[in-house]
Amino acid sequence: MANLTLVQAINLALIQEMEKDDRVLLLGEDIGLNGGVFRATEGLFQRFGGDRVVDAPLAESGIMGTAIGLAMGGLRPIPEIQFEGFLGPAFDQLTNQCARIHSRTRGGLTCPLVLRVPVGGGIHAPEHHSDSPEAIYTHTPGLKIVMPSSPYDAKGLLISAIRDPDPVIFFEPKRIYRAFREEVPEDEYLVPIGEARTVCKGEELTMVSWGATVMQCMNAIEQVDCSIELIDLRTISPIDMETITNSVRKTGRCVVVHEAPKTAGLGAEIAASVMENCFLHLEAPVQRVCGFDTIMPYYKLELEYLPDAERIGKAIVETLAY
Amino acid sequence: MDKIETEQNMASTELPHVQLGKAPLPESPILLGWLRQMLLIREFEVRTMQAYQNRLIGGFCHVYIGQEAVAVGSIAAVNPDDPIVLAYRCHGHALARGMDPKYCMAEMFGRIGGCAKGKGGSMHMFDAPHHLYGGHGIVGAQTPLGAGLAFATKYEDEVLHDGKSQHVTLCYLGDGAINQGAFYEAMNLAGLFNLPVIFILENNRYSMGTAIERGTTMASELHTKSAAHGINHAIVDGKDVVSMYQSFKSIADWCREESRPFFVEAQTYRYKGHSMSDPRKYRTREEEAREEGSDCIDRLEKFLCDEHDLTTDGIKQLTRQVKTQVREAVDWAKNSPETPMDELYKDVYVDHWGPFTGTSKPEMLQGEDE
Repeated sequence: MANLTLVQAINLALIQEMEKDDRVLLLGEDIGLNGGVFRATEGLFQRFGGDRVVDAPLAESGIMGTAIGLAMGGLRPIPEIQFEGFLGPAFDQLTNQCARIHSRTRGGLTCPLVLRVPVGGGIHAPEHHSDSPEAIYTHTPGLKIVMPSSPYDAKGLLISAIRDPDPVIFFEPKRIYRAFREEVPEDEYLVPIGEARTVCKGEELTMVSWGATVMQCMNAIEQVDCSIELIDLRTISPIDMETITNSVRKTGRCVVVHEAPKTAGLGAEIAASVMENCFLHLEAPVQRVCGFDTIMPYYKLELEYLPDAERIGKAIVETLAY
Repeated sequence: MDKIETEQNMASTELPHVQLGKAPLPESPILLGWLRQMLLIREFEVRTMQAYQNRLIGGFCHVYIGQEAVAVGSIAAVNPDDPIVLAYRCHGHALARGMDPKYCMAEMFGRIGGCAKGKGGSMHMFDAPHHLYGGHGIVGAQTPLGAGLAFATKYEDEVLHDGKSQHVTLCYLGDGAINQGAFYEAMNLAGLFNLPVIFILENNRYSMGTAIERGTTMASELHTKSAAHGINHAIVDGKDVVSMYQSFKSIADWCREESRPFFVEAQTYRYKGHSMSDPRKYRTREEEAREEGSDCIDRLEKFLCDEHDLTTDGIKQLTRQVKTQVREAVDWAKNSPETPMDELYKDVYVDHWGPFTGTSKPEMLQGEDE
């Protein structure tokens, strides 16, 4: 066991999988000599060499397309895109090619790659460096989307993602890269893709979140005096509706919390599914606590935009009082 | 730190000096095989157009008539396990690589017997056992995939097997794709990482209806575009399969030996419209007639008659053979069952149904085995 931050857990998972499987290789801007913009690949260039930790030119479409070719060719590439906003140039490759290789070949080929992308706000960065675009990619059949909220899950999910036969976007909430430490086993272990985690059990209200806002939810729960069940999705696609459904049928109330803008965000999908699956169990409308329907603001207003314990607490109180 | 280890990934600052001769031609039976392949592609495409007009094929459909020598000459010059990746005008390459025409035709008919279970159609010919990594519908998007496939074989040969790079990837693109950003990223990566990939520009002079001079800069000096990425360039007569093969074989051998990319401009012409519904207002009928006057099949037939004892009877026999083969392919495709509904959700993921587990399996399929 070691006491690790989330970014250290990612680094450890990469090292262990690269040692285990020499078909795993990394590709991205500044991931080699410089160890990555957030130092997630620190030391890997020195350890595995430039053949396996490949510093790529600044060309997201090229990086993504090359990774797809590598995966089609039988390797296990792990491309890194430095910030979620830079997925824009790679969008065509990601949604029109990567997500569809298996389907386009009707099972003839697979595209097993893990696209690592730091995501979300909270580090005083401007737009393009603070966005939460997970819903866009969840709306793309063929991709799996993962977002850990803790060092333990980060390591276990990343190993699962690397071994998964499908393309996985591994969103890393940059706000909690170094926010706290957790005991992370040295040995390998898997956190299965597609299974949510019940962070704490409760009877009165179900709260659903993922990524960095899980921590904000925990802060809010500490401040209110009621029994709340917190579900951390961990995998956004395929979503674990069973866990959410079972919980809401028990509690009758649901609040969804995410950083991305509210309209057409994942909260809408979850609220609709809860309505479909739990209608007669509901005691109150499903509430959403989200980012605002606007562009991610510059850092001075960032904390206004991001859901915090106060806004989440207000939603809890309103939902319970409905 | 006295010295920073930056030797990896240092791009060369000069274009390699390459002087390539023409490779010798293979024996007569092989040359006859090329003619047969070209006749097969031509006949296949004629019947494809008929089938489209008879509404047996839906969606979009782009035929290869006129360009046969490019696919046949280049694919003959490489090994069967050298990867190939294609744009959307891909029937001819699939046949030249060895795909059975019946799978190709059934794919366009939307039948389960197609190479992609009848779910991809004309633009998506895939054949993994033949190392054919697909037709791709987004113009230029296949070019980074070509770089990646070359990277994969190089990694396999050099890193995993600790040897010398032994493969070369063929990445075909049309002249429309040279205006796409993805292509320049792919060329830069290929030049930078010394990837053994040949970008084969099939310059048929029109990207849909836009003449190359109206769509790209330096249209008469395209070598400037590849040279900027440290990639050598050759212009090949894409309407002459003999010349195509001889030049291409030398280039492919060099790329394999040196583990370097190349940019080959095969000058050719597409006789038909861009797709089946193209009125061809952008060029004259006189120009078309002139181009069809130097047809790649006619030229090979003449060459084989003059120098390899091919006779008119021999040509007739070959023509009869391919007509029978294509007719059988059409019949086979017609008799292949329609792609069933339960294929809709298959192969989206390797081991999952739909994007949202548990909610997206269609009602009509519920209760069936996954």
